[in-house]
Amino acid sequence: MTSAGAASPPRSQRARQGLSTAGLLLPAYGWLLLAVFLPLGAMFIFSFLKTTPFGSSKPLVFTIQNYLAFVNRPYLVDVAWTSLQLGFWTTGLCALIGLPAALALSRATKGRFRQVVFLLTILPFWTNGLVRIFSWTMLLREGGIIDALLHLVVPGAGSISLLYSFPAIVIGLVHAYLPYMILTCYLAVDSIEDGLIDAARSLGARAPTVFATVILPLALPGLISGSILIFVPVIGSFMEPRILGGRIGVTMGTVVEDQFTQAYNWPLGSALSFSMLAVVLVIFAIFSRALRGRMLDA
Amino acid sequence: MTTLGRGFLMLVLVFLYAPIVVMIAMAFNTSELYTLPIVPTLHWFEALSVNDKLLNASRNSVLIALVTAVLATAIGGLASLALARRSFRGRSLLQLLLLPPIAIPWLITGTAMLVFFFWTGIGRGLHAMIIGHVALAIPYVVLVVGTGLKTLRADLEEAAMSLGSTPIHAFFSITLPLLAPSLIAAALFAFAVSLDQFVVSYFLATPGVSTLPVEIYSSIRKGFTPEINAISTILLVSSATLFLVFAVLTKMGGEGERR
Repeated sequence: MTSAGAASPPRSQRARQGLSTAGLLLPAYGWLLLAVFLPLGAMFIFSFLKTTPFGSSKPLVFTIQNYLAFVNRPYLVDVAWTSLQLGFWTTGLCALIGLPAALALSRATKGRFRQVVFLLTILPFWTNGLVRIFSWTMLLREGGIIDALLHLVVPGAGSISLLYSFPAIVIGLVHAYLPYMILTCYLAVDSIEDGLIDAARSLGARAPTVFATVILPLALPGLISGSILIFVPVIGSFMEPRILGGRIGVTMGTVVEDQFTQAYNWPLGSALSFSMLAVVLVIFAIFSRALRGRMLDA
Repeated sequence: MTTLGRGFLMLVLVFLYAPIVVMIAMAFNTSELYTLPIVPTLHWFEALSVNDKLLNASRNSVLIALVTAVLATAIGGLASLALARRSFRGRSLLQLLLLPPIAIPWLITGTAMLVFFFWTGIGRGLHAMIIGHVALAIPYVVLVVGTGLKTLRADLEEAAMSLGSTPIHAFFSITLPLLAPSLIAAALFAFAVSLDQFVVSYFLATPGVSTLPVEIYSSIRKGFTPEINAISTILLVSSATLFLVFAVLTKMGGEGERR
């Protein structure tokens, strides 16, 4: 009787259920509307304004000038290129380190040891990101800790001062985002059956072949979702380039930050933010198509 | 192969922990210039105890994180009940709408909030940061609680109702207690997301009202003192404890045995 009732409840009950569903959802989506979606809409309008409207009673003037910034200010093209390069280097290195680490975690550890390593891998997430980045300046600077350790081993060796360089920013970003890649790859790799690998081996495949034909295709979803999780925030990063890049650390993120906190040119900052968002969306679209294609193949 | 794999994992862990070890070591080091060898001292912890600016910012951080944990868990928990247990039109669209707070770079979300809050007169400060942090935490809560609900069998609730319990009574006596670990885990997650949140706070903080990450950023740019390492060490220990509780509650890392 209950199951029949559940399949087609009377009309009034259905209406009440609909109402309560809406009631359950309203707080969450109302909040997101207020704090995320309306702000994004407001910033979109803002990006077409000629000047920041606060503090003046002048009428709003609309323009697309802000979106032509890349044409009018050619240095921004270089800046955007730097940001993209940071994104590619960081994501690439995270993949090169993260996939083998995930494989090792899934294949070379077991029991309590695996749990401990797994927890240690994501524990850094729970510490302050800024302080971790700042600690790298102590490690990387001239006469810093890496130098000191190097001199212990090779007295009289030169100094590897990486601080305030592109590689320093990449090191900091890889450090900040590597756990994402290890986690997503681990989830993908750990579901591969041992039997599949044993079968490939027993058919004569060597390790590189097993990796290329069995493991890599099955790990691809993890690799791609990890890459998206890393590439997107890296494109918008400004704290890491500022602290580790010093004067050379000019990225789209730092330019946008400057527009909002130093230059008070909020419309330009908004337009640059949306240009960045457009790049992110294009990359999402490409990746999701690639991913869907893969899944249809399989 | 196993040895190679384990060796590689150890290298990765060394890389991940190098800056954290440096941070802790320097919190106990006398030299302000981060020189070796380390001469142990508690000086920076003492200096911290009278640093009103950092202490105020820390209090704000913890306050915002607590409020965020409570609000986001309540609001997100209700939504995940509807998303996991009810079928209705537009459900997949609503699930998709949870992605932007996670997937759009915080720089963009943060500046958008700044523009909108200024425009509408909501303004900046503690309340603005709470609005922002709760929004960022809701998707994570829905994710964690939704996973918990998936492993919880709906028929227990139905059984209670078929035995004469009202839906509300069934919820409070059956569903809520069984869901408690997921809710606590979600709250801890929201707390951690908020405590470490820098970008959104940075754009919504005012000179008088800021959070610890915002203060750390400005002091890194103006002149860093090891007091920051000291407070970060305290934070690390407390968040590591939180994290372990979270890990135990969600049985993260699996049961550990391979098939």
